[in-house]
Amino acid sequence: MSVDQKVDAGRRQLLLVTSAAGGVAAAAAAVPFVASLTPSERAKAAGAPVEVDISKLAPGQMMTVEWRGKPVWIINRTKEMLDSLKKTEGEVSDPASDKPMQPEYAKNETRSIKPEILVAVGICTHLGCSPSDKFKTGAESGVAADWPGGFLCPCHGSTFDMAGRVYKSKPAPDNLEIPPHKYVADTKIVIGEDGKA
Amino acid sequence: MKKLLTSLLFAPLLAFASGAELHLDKAPVSTDPAALQNGAKLFVNYCLNCHGASYMRYNRLQQIGLSEQMIKDNLMFTADKVGEPMRIAMQRDEAKAWFGAAPPDLTVISRSRASEFGSGADWLYTYLRSFYRDSERPTGWNNVVFENVGMPHVLYELQGEQIAKVTEKDDGHGGKAKEISLELAKPGKMSKDEYDKATADLVSYLVWMGEPMANTRKSIGTAVIAFLGVLFVLSYLLKKNYWKDIH
Amino acid sequence: MTTKAQAVIDWVDERFPLTSSIKGHLTEYYAPKNFNFWYFFGSLALLVLVIQIVTGIFLVMHYKPDASLNAAGVPVAFASVEYIMRDVPGGWLIRYMHSTGASAFFIVVYLHMFRGLLYGSYRKPRELIWIFGTLIFLALMAEAFMGYLLPWGQMSFWGAQVIVNLFSAIPVIGPDLSVVIRGDFVVSDATLNRFFSFHVIAVPLILIGLVAAHIVALHEVGSNNPDGVEIKKKKGADGHPLDGIPFHPYYTVKDIVGVVGFLIVFSFIVFFAPEGGGYFLEFNNFIPADPLKTPPHIAPVWYFTPFYSILRAVTYPLFGIDAKFWGVVAMGAAVVIIAFLPWLDRSPVKSIRYKGGLFKAILAVFIVAFFILGYLGVLPPTPGRTLVSQICSVIYFGFFLLMPWYSKMDKCKPEPDRVTG
Repeated sequence: MSVDQKVDAGRRQLLLVTSAAGGVAAAAAAVPFVASLTPSERAKAAGAPVEVDISKLAPGQMMTVEWRGKPVWIINRTKEMLDSLKKTEGEVSDPASDKPMQPEYAKNETRSIKPEILVAVGICTHLGCSPSDKFKTGAESGVAADWPGGFLCPCHGSTFDMAGRVYKSKPAPDNLEIPPHKYVADTKIVIGEDGKA
Repeated sequence: MKKLLTSLLFAPLLAFASGAELHLDKAPVSTDPAALQNGAKLFVNYCLNCHGASYMRYNRLQQIGLSEQMIKDNLMFTADKVGEPMRIAMQRDEAKAWFGAAPPDLTVISRSRASEFGSGADWLYTYLRSFYRDSERPTGWNNVVFENVGMPHVLYELQGEQIAKVTEKDDGHGGKAKEISLELAKPGKMSKDEYDKATADLVSYLVWMGEPMANTRKSIGTAVIAFLGVLFVLSYLLKKNYWKDIH
Repeated sequence: MTTKAQAVIDWVDERFPLTSSIKGHLTEYYAPKNFNFWYFFGSLALLVLVIQIVTGIFLVMHYKPDASLNAAGVPVAFASVEYIMRDVPGGWLIRYMHSTGASAFFIVVYLHMFRGLLYGSYRKPRELIWIFGTLIFLALMAEAFMGYLLPWGQMSFWGAQVIVNLFSAIPVIGPDLSVVIRGDFVVSDATLNRFFSFHVIAVPLILIGLVAAHIVALHEVGSNNPDGVEIKKKKGADGHPLDGIPFHPYYTVKDIVGVVGFLIVFSFIVFFAPEGGGYFLEFNNFIPADPLKTPPHIAPVWYFTPFYSILRAVTYPLFGIDAKFWGVVAMGAAVVIIAFLPWLDRSPVKSIRYKGGLFKAILAVFIVAFFILGYLGVLPPTPGRTLVSQICSVIYFGFFLLMPWYSKMDKCKPEPDRVTG
């Protein structure tokens, strides 16, 4: 059409500038809509750090607290349990915790700040079931005769040792997640917040 | 402002014709953080025992310049997490038995009290300064702008006790109009000016709490309209350019 | 265009009328070149519909239609609106856009309808467009009414209570009908949930269908214009109307100017006066619904007030049936009568530009009466006001019912052959 053919430079420029400004306006208009999909203040409040008193947690005991709607386990490991970690080192897939499943301060042999206290998110890294605790050693736990104690996921049979490290050739790809946590007192842990390095 | 204060000092307060007319004082609403913080303190200490503000989270007080630690230490009596809303422990059915009606939630009270007589802030500002002694009421208190109110005068130790003088006047239509004027019978801890300032702060806080994002809203709005103004000019030029060959 | 892109388009065109639809509705849809200011409101109504649908989709993600009380003693539905206003990031903006959009919809649609009245856009061959338009207006009223219940504030509750009770005025079946509408003996959780369902699914589907029919019918017969003459009667050698120009690009660029202008006004309300002085968001609606306490003065939202006034104006029983019933009939008739306009107008010309003084005077009186009715609808009734609203209601119906006579008597000027300037 004749109109299209004599597109002058001025019109082209105007068209470009107007379209660009219109595009900016459209993008800006999308901001509140996208923002509304992110967690609300209520969700954030529910996901706020949780303070836990562990003074009554006896050795060999485990407690579960809720953080961001997920079960977080706190286990006071006995000497035997800690010793078992040495034995399982060769059988787990990521013994040195090289994968980033824990904060820097828990990247050690026991995967914890204090050696005996393990804080871990109780959700299997396979498909999100919550493993059950099988702390009794040997056949009594119903896992295997040489079971050194740990966790068994009921969904697909992944097993974890007493530091939440996953055994080799199991469906779960990674060790159990260690959440950010810190000690505000000797027996008080805050889960969900990193301590000072 | 000065005029308002002096008129309040001398003329013994509010007059209220018994009809539907409501005479409200203009509330000196402030957005100054210090006033809002003082209002928040008064709110938490005097209101939050019976009234909840169940959509207002404590941590939002950071918007008026309070740190999380200050909120936890000074204002948070009814919750243990700073992200929780301002709830109250009082049971609603008990409250209903005590006051005749459950005290309303105050989060958006400043928005709901607006009417053709004035803004919600004006109503609250007048209301909080219009309690008077009335031995016929179960609480011993009545209010000029809210007749037979269920709430006692919780700020009386600050304001003192007012008594009402009822006079009958010609209403200009041949009938009689009841006029209530208030007089301070027993002074409280605060002088009249101090009490007016305190209620103004409290009302400012209630206004802020009614819509905490009001300031954000206005500043975004200015930017949006400025940008749309530019876009309007551009699109108008584009339209002119296209239409230059239409006759 | 590159050959590859063309190949894709060809592939689609063999299976779907893509190119032909674009041509038929945009690039080769010839619209009269003399559209004025009044012709912005059609495209703006479409824009507001889109705004309402998009904001609505996002609000539904957070809103909860639940009348039960939460731990703090507040109805869950009311609390979820405050949750959107405070806790959902950007939620306040989306909600204000939706609440302002409701009022904007009616402003734009009333102006769009008035345009039709000015230029005789309802006259042959556009009767069906007008009927679809009236149905859109009805659907919009239903949509707005049911949406207004959702915040579950005092005005929501008592507004719904009053309007649903109107149905009980219908003889014989009325009382049972209103119970069926509410799903309960009072407005309750059941009512809230069904209104929610209608508001977010049923009525929007109907609205979108009607809007599509409205536009398809328009593009079938072509647009009217401020002169009220048919541009299709004078075609050029190329077969296109001499006074027509392609909708795209001419009216797309022009409508964009209108859209931006509208958005400036819209943003001003959303960001600086979202309550609209108590008319867009009523003050009493910031109080949770209380089935035991009616607010001292309840008024419908502004866009319903002219019709609400007509309802209240009827105070005489007739044929042994109460005034209440005839009020409902009058209110319904006031909306339905609009659809008959194409057959009531017997003027030889379409546009007000060529109509005589009689029509102009009657139209002016009608507009004034409509505004007075709207104003009275927000005020509590007094005997004086009721009398005024009765006079205005008579004018309202007189405008329509007497049109066959006065439109014929009117001294019209001759219509031009082609559009002017």
